[in-house]
Amino acid sequence: MTTTATRLRTPRRPWWGVQPIGTLFALPYLVFVAVVFLYPLCFAVYIAFHDYIFTAPGVTVPTPFVGFDNFVDVLTDPQVLQSFRNTGVFLVIFVPLTVVLSLVLATALNAGIRFASAFRVAFYVPYLTASVSLVGVWMLLFAQNGLINTILGPLAPSPSWLINSGLAMPTIALYVTWKQLGFYILLYLAALQNIPKELYESAETDGANGRQRFLNVTVPGVRSTTTLVLILAIILGANLFTEPYLLTNGGGPDGASATPVLLIYQQGIQQQNPDTASAIGMILVIVVGLLSLVASRLNRET
Amino acid sequence: MRTKIRWWRYALLTLAALAFAFPFYFMVVGAFQVSPTNSPSSLFPTDGWTTQNFTNVNARLDLAGSLLNSLIFTTGVLLGTVVFGLLAGYALARLDFRGRTATWVLMLLIQMVPFQLLMIPLYVQVTRTYGLGDSYLGMIVPFAINTTAVFIFTQFFRALPQEVFEAARIDGASEMRILRSVAVPLVRPALVTVLLVTFIGPWNEFLWPFLITKDVTMQPLAVSLANYISNVAGSTANANGAILAGATTLAFPVVILFCIFQRYFKASEIGSAVKG
Repeated sequence: MTTTATRLRTPRRPWWGVQPIGTLFALPYLVFVAVVFLYPLCFAVYIAFHDYIFTAPGVTVPTPFVGFDNFVDVLTDPQVLQSFRNTGVFLVIFVPLTVVLSLVLATALNAGIRFASAFRVAFYVPYLTASVSLVGVWMLLFAQNGLINTILGPLAPSPSWLINSGLAMPTIALYVTWKQLGFYILLYLAALQNIPKELYESAETDGANGRQRFLNVTVPGVRSTTTLVLILAIILGANLFTEPYLLTNGGGPDGASATPVLLIYQQGIQQQNPDTASAIGMILVIVVGLLSLVASRLNRET
Repeated sequence: MRTKIRWWRYALLTLAALAFAFPFYFMVVGAFQVSPTNSPSSLFPTDGWTTQNFTNVNARLDLAGSLLNSLIFTTGVLLGTVVFGLLAGYALARLDFRGRTATWVLMLLIQMVPFQLLMIPLYVQVTRTYGLGDSYLGMIVPFAINTTAVFIFTQFFRALPQEVFEAARIDGASEMRILRSVAVPLVRPALVTVLLVTFIGPWNEFLWPFLITKDVTMQPLAVSLANYISNVAGSTANANGAILAGATTLAFPVVILFCIFQRYFKASEIGSAVKG
């Protein structure tokens, strides 16, 4: 992207660049990044490796280096292990549902149908709306005496959805799929518009039916977007907070829907143990990084 | 054969649209009902309308004050993003300066760092070091410049023809002047997309303002509504109606804005911004 721009300019390019004022223009953003991302990132690592406690402003207490102690504490804490297992359950439901539904709906939307913009509005609105609002609605819909259970009648699960340890996490996964699907439909729509029409035409000439065209042209054509969707879905799944905090009343029942970020909040802010909370955060990021790497590798080979 | 495929397509999309829209219908109708229904037979009520739910929820969490806090928080983020994001996006797209590649790489990296990892250190920084707990500035700081918006600005300026800028340079305009008289007047289409994309962030954000606002008069609506749902709802008559009334108040500014400006919310632009 820079090569064509620089080649057109004079061969003697000053060290500060041709338009050094650009540095000034970008400076506020760079300062922002340093203050809000880079410094806290380093600080998070520092906290995780030290015995860190909150103090009143101006008071300094020793925060000795403790090596991997915080990580050992975290990894032997059954609550933490359960929260990672819960995230696993969430991802197993959320990721396939999201990939399949968003690709199918985006394909249906992309075919030049009528009322496309009305459909798009309906699909995007949950994504744009505050989770706090929608969690309020879902909480009532899935309550013990809520609409869903009334419709199901004798088929209603007992104990009810959000207070059933086997169903709490799947219900959250269903909610998040519903809420976020519009965003993934948007990503797939952008990708579908880049698949050359000729590919579909030649597939049709070769006698491929609609299903075959979908599987052999559309699915491979959006592969790089599928990788992106997988990675974004993994990141999202690792960052659940509002849903377990509100929908299942703080990760209930009995920790069955607790997530790592909920524990970071509970241990770091409520119980004032920022050191173990930071260690959970670092483990979470490493796990997310590894999962994303696996997702992109798998999707490249097959 | 062909018509059959078409028919299925509409059926599928309609079914999905109903699934997406139903909770919103339930929310709005329930917000104006004396007792929100739990049975499918009364999903289309003809009587029992009331605005008492809004009065009830207002008695507990000061809707107007919370809305104002949300608005100040959101406006601060929008201002920061439009002013500094536009500057950065323009520089990245059109200017040749030292540190351009580094800035670009940083932007890509940032998108991979989840905010939740930074939650603890940012909390320490903002509330302890800077003493910005319970303040608008403290709420705004971590979101002050939306990186997705910088991407959108960059892509937009990159797509403009090079000649527009070269002509101004040949005429001897300073870089400041080109920015003011060439770049900014052209930016309007990107601006609407940026405003929409940026608006929903702080307006809907729960975790961060929840962490740093303990003073109820400073809490944005997402926070005060969440506190209402988790703590005090049980003690209100018709709590369900009150929850739905609060949810409607928080949701509808975004829904209405989006319906008005939805044609600016384009798949291609936002898709490429997310991918970088």
